[in-house]
Amino acid sequence: MTLKGEDAVYTAQRLAELINFEAANMPMAFMEVCGTHTMAIARNGIKSLLPECIRLISGPGCPVCVTSNEFLDKAIALAERSDVIICTFGDMIRVPGSRCSLEEQRGLGSDIRIVGSTLDALALADKNRDKDIVFLGIGFETTAPTVAAAIIEAYNKRLDNFSVLCAHKVMPQPMKALSESSLNIDGYILPGHVSAIIGEAPYSFLADDYNKACVISGFEPLDILESILRLVRQVRKGFFFIENQYVRVVKPQGNPTAQELLSQVFEPADAEWRGLGIIADSGLAIRDEYAQFDADKKYQISIAPPIEPPGCRCGEVLTGSITPDLCGLFGTSCTPMHPVGACMVSSEGSCAAHYRYTLRDA
Amino acid sequence: MSDYTNDRITLAHGGGGRLSRTLVEDVFLPVLGNDCLNRLNDSAVLNLPDKRIAFTTDSFVVDPLFFPGGDIGRLAVCGTVNDLAVMGAVPRYLSLGLIIEEGFELESLRSIIQSIKDAADEAGVTIVTGDTKVVARGQADGLYINTSGIGSIERDLPVHKGRVRSGDLLIVNAPLGQHGMAVITSREELGFKTTIKSDVAPLNGLIDEMLRVSENISAMRDATRGGLAGVLNEMADQGDVQIILDEIAIPVNEDVHIACDMLGFEAIHVANEGVLLAAVPPDEADRMISTMRLHPYGRHAAVIGEVGDKGRARVTMRTHIGTHRVIDVLSGEQLPRIC
Repeated sequence: MTLKGEDAVYTAQRLAELINFEAANMPMAFMEVCGTHTMAIARNGIKSLLPECIRLISGPGCPVCVTSNEFLDKAIALAERSDVIICTFGDMIRVPGSRCSLEEQRGLGSDIRIVGSTLDALALADKNRDKDIVFLGIGFETTAPTVAAAIIEAYNKRLDNFSVLCAHKVMPQPMKALSESSLNIDGYILPGHVSAIIGEAPYSFLADDYNKACVISGFEPLDILESILRLVRQVRKGFFFIENQYVRVVKPQGNPTAQELLSQVFEPADAEWRGLGIIADSGLAIRDEYAQFDADKKYQISIAPPIEPPGCRCGEVLTGSITPDLCGLFGTSCTPMHPVGACMVSSEGSCAAHYRYTLRDA
Repeated sequence: MSDYTNDRITLAHGGGGRLSRTLVEDVFLPVLGNDCLNRLNDSAVLNLPDKRIAFTTDSFVVDPLFFPGGDIGRLAVCGTVNDLAVMGAVPRYLSLGLIIEEGFELESLRSIIQSIKDAADEAGVTIVTGDTKVVARGQADGLYINTSGIGSIERDLPVHKGRVRSGDLLIVNAPLGQHGMAVITSREELGFKTTIKSDVAPLNGLIDEMLRVSENISAMRDATRGGLAGVLNEMADQGDVQIILDEIAIPVNEDVHIACDMLGFEAIHVANEGVLLAAVPPDEADRMISTMRLHPYGRHAAVIGEVGDKGRARVTMRTHIGTHRVIDVLSGEQLPRIC
């Protein structure tokens, strides 16, 4: 829903009025699970349009932010090897691990490259047969299919110098944990891109078993406002189901081709989420048939126990327990220029969004 | 051609001996030559019409060297010319320092030298002195350029001080984000192609027209690295004023908007090489805009916001849905998002 000029202002105000009217002062808390939503909400000042009774909570949907220190430490340990080239998406590079970030490790001479897609990592492997290319596989159902496709291609081409350090995660499982938590979430703004892959069905337990309002939402500010209105209506009626506001992109059944790729290469596994701990079946592990492309198995990396930065409350921010400004480091020792925690690094992190776009007193 | 191995630059071309001389006489002088440069003296002796001059320097390390809409040569001239021009100086003379990686293709070098010449001609500046070094393969990324520039300051104008005043209206001349997105999306590893072209251009002609319309421009900046958001925040800090932007008034082309969206950027944070921001008194804004729109580099001139009260240095924006938010400076390097 892209409107321009005064039409957009009018529609936004009208939606805000409807939300206010229909919420009728009933306190409600909605979580936007996806980091792109967090950013869009902050960038467009959406909270300032909502009545006080509606609280938006940012969830664990920024893939960089939920990646554990252990994963980063492993990646850095691999980067220290002279026969390895690490390929990663850009956001990862500045996240502080236990001892340093990938960016700092690159400054020490490690070969760490930012790539735009897994295919670039494959091409690099093809060109540099004397080096091992390790791709850092992080992200949800949106990025995981492209990594699956790359692994299949590496298999078909017999590229034995390509592997993936895999920390892929799936979205619905942590929402189960969040629904059982003390956060009292009334509903979810469901991630549009993830839903385009997995469709509507994987979320149905949220409505059926937990009585949560659920709307799959687009990313334009008016999409988000409309989704919030639909959430309010579900809560007011006490009738919960998976509603799709983002019909122009998300089909009910999702993208079967991508789902097929995922299940061919990956299998469900327990995964560690920063802030949430280990959640059963919330990760994607590379199947045994493709074990040769699993960097974890290939290198048997051993690292010292990970260290969390003292004072950092990323974990609580990620689970929506606190807002970023309640962390003692926020805006003082932790800023986008000198991030302490992952949530301040990623362009989709809650702390970065809060820091960048919220009207602070100068 | 026996002086070039496989038509490439060798270390000897930077050695100061015969091959260096060949490079100068064969590649540089035929294109860039003028009375001053042709003398090949150790330094240029210049005539300046005025006692006050503006002096600036800039180094260029863009990757890739050739990008849609320009190349490192045009960039090296325009960047320095614009730094002089926004201070109200008339750009006159440029130096040209080249650091070339061994093995660099002669044809690429010729092409870059030609575009340096073309940009210098367009801007009306003369390359009066230069230097070339060649470093071993792997010690530089193809070619780095440094240019320094001298401009003459012909009259006293408030713009030399560069302090915005409460009530000023803010004007930009062209759509934002073209250069940064053209360069980023032309990098192979990004894996997608666009039609975005860099806006790299010498703005001294446009600025000259602007200063004819009004001598009361309080501040002018070219919005290069850090984008519009960067210079606005600097303006707000320097003048200790609040700056308020209007999102729908800010010119951004659709292709740039889409590419920014895909990468998680905002056009106001992306680098430009042909965008200037000017603060003008409100009663002179209309005339300024109509004059600017007559110039090829000012066709999309628009008022994008205003300077508010003193005492609260920050930049805010009224979004397209009518809400308000802070515009901060970019922290560190702009990173593509991952999902």
